[in-house]
Amino acid sequence: MAFKQIELNMGPQHPSTHGVLRLKLTVDNEVVLKIEPVIGYLHRGMEKLWEHRTYPQITPLTDRLDYIAAILNNLAYVLAVEKLAGLEVPKRAQYIRVILAELQRVASHLAWAGFNANDIGAASVLLYSFIEREGVLEVFEAYCGARLTVHALRIGGVANDLTPKLIALIRQVVAAVPQRLADIEALLSENRIWKHRTIGIGHIAPDDALRYGLTGPALRAAGVCWDLRKNIPYSSSEDFDFEVPLGQNSDVYDRYLVRMAEMRQSLRIITQALDRLPEGELCAKVPRFLKIPPGEVFHTIEGAKGELGFYIKSNGTDKPERVKMKAPSFINMQCFEKMCQGYLIADVVAILGSLDIVLGEIDK
Amino acid sequence: MNQHALIFDLLIPLLKAAAVCIYLMVMVIIMVWLERRLVGWMQGRLGPNRVGCQGVLQPIADTVKLLLKENIMQKQADWLLFNIAPIIVLVSALLAFCFIPFGDTIPFKGYTFTFWVAESPVGLLLVMGISSLSVFALVFGGWGSNSKYPLLGGLRSVIQILSYEIPVALAVLAVVFYSKSMNLVAIVQQQHETGWNILKLPLIVPFFIFWICAVAETNRAPFDLPEAESELVAGFHTEYSGIKFAFFFMAEYTHMVLASSLAVVLFFGGWLAPFSQVKALAWLHPFPGAGVLWYFIKIMGFLCLFIWIRGTFPRYRFDELIKLAWKWMVPLALLNIFIVALIRIW
Repeated sequence: MAFKQIELNMGPQHPSTHGVLRLKLTVDNEVVLKIEPVIGYLHRGMEKLWEHRTYPQITPLTDRLDYIAAILNNLAYVLAVEKLAGLEVPKRAQYIRVILAELQRVASHLAWAGFNANDIGAASVLLYSFIEREGVLEVFEAYCGARLTVHALRIGGVANDLTPKLIALIRQVVAAVPQRLADIEALLSENRIWKHRTIGIGHIAPDDALRYGLTGPALRAAGVCWDLRKNIPYSSSEDFDFEVPLGQNSDVYDRYLVRMAEMRQSLRIITQALDRLPEGELCAKVPRFLKIPPGEVFHTIEGAKGELGFYIKSNGTDKPERVKMKAPSFINMQCFEKMCQGYLIADVVAILGSLDIVLGEIDK
Repeated sequence: MNQHALIFDLLIPLLKAAAVCIYLMVMVIIMVWLERRLVGWMQGRLGPNRVGCQGVLQPIADTVKLLLKENIMQKQADWLLFNIAPIIVLVSALLAFCFIPFGDTIPFKGYTFTFWVAESPVGLLLVMGISSLSVFALVFGGWGSNSKYPLLGGLRSVIQILSYEIPVALAVLAVVFYSKSMNLVAIVQQQHETGWNILKLPLIVPFFIFWICAVAETNRAPFDLPEAESELVAGFHTEYSGIKFAFFFMAEYTHMVLASSLAVVLFFGGWLAPFSQVKALAWLHPFPGAGVLWYFIKIMGFLCLFIWIRGTFPRYRFDELIKLAWKWMVPLALLNIFIVALIRIW
């Protein structure tokens, strides 16, 4: 029987396109020949909006980009502004930022573990990882009252201090997460079905990955050692001792292994930062009306999804003239078609899950 | 006397058939509730616990909701195929229970009351045949919807069910070799004398083949590809709504009960108490008709196993699934049937 190629619409309302992403698939039976991602369903005009807001007003808006990892957005933005304004952030604030950012990375990776496993059919993992993510969100709630869009960082420092009670809570979370990771690994790592579904799927050569601008865990799974916390340290990340987990085969399974290992490294960083938390101010002296002399800056950090950067151009007023965001999900999405070619529809959702995209960041 | 014949030959079988239908509907309700609660428990959440005691009335509320919902049929769907599919799927699932023995016999004033609707020398064959009719429903539903996701779901289900039909038939054939009968009642009675089939060495492998294939044929996780939520939204029944969707839903659970019943009848001694041939354990079967309880306990075990499997495994990919059937299940079942045949001849 001659089976005609059909065009299949995946999304924007589909259980596993991680939000409002639409994929136009051209399939022959179940083999994917072509993928065209259609984005923009969540476009809110963020970058234009920022041109009409003062510098401190922009910080809470960045929460809404990658809503799974809001603190990392905050961090990327405030670091860029501080670099442009030449502000010196107190050491204690830097450490608190590191603790919050790494907790956020753990929360983001946990959410990813759940979503990716759920896409591949292991629904229980989603629930297990969300139990621990809940613990992290409770820390955020105790820190600043919000759970998802936290607005925890300020230009020049942080909003609140870490109280001893909060430190005890963080230590509790840090102690609990590895057990849950072990649970998830027990369910997946050696599971034949999981390995069938992930090993060798969504391969991209390291050269291609670099050419496409792939960053983050997906790039490290290809064996390229590029972690901005090591390569271009920021916010005292050079003070901490941690490893950069690398993969070899650049497939869905390696991305899974890399992210699982990264969570453990993040926990290591948190423990070290808590142990060595210096005394001092929480915030640099920032003028009430922050006016930044004309100039431009670009600063990137290692976000949960990849290199997260902000380009800011100031014109001497209290509002930026232009802000451009380097959204890792958006750039990682470029590789998607290349990764999917020749695989099956079932693999498309697995690969999409392994890229860990967030539409809030892609559509801005 | 004629009056009695009317009662015994017509009225009682009719009542039995009605009872089986009601029993299955009740089982569906129990299973929907149990599945949601059990999976919830495994995943560290609550599941429905608001409607009625511990949420037992939730499935009834859901059914009422589905009954009241609008029946949508999109314009491009084929009217006949689209509407006939839910009927076929439910009827085939219910009809197969005709030959399943639920319990032992109760003698009553010269009349022997049996816990099965009908007995046939080829009962097993009929059960397998009737239950496979449901593949037509999946094809009709998938193709008749004339829509892309159901089409892919329909394609998947046809290949899947046809592939797994073969190893399951071969596995069941091993039991037939042992019991020298295709009569399900006779198969159970034979186990009364020789012990449960699962305890016989050559029948252990067929049981596992049977069980894996049963999970695959009922479209349950990890083989739930035709309706893989994260890929095909709802597979072949994407376009169905209201009561027609409920029919597919009920049929899936009825098939689960059927697969569990077959596993119990073929391998776990049907209505028999454990080690029923041992005189000292006769108290496990204290009165005629107690077999129904044993049957029920056993199928509940299997139904819970279905749920447990769903809570544990990720989903197979389509090509892996077919590979599993043709590269492992079929050769293994063939080899096994050869061994069983040799043992029986010898």
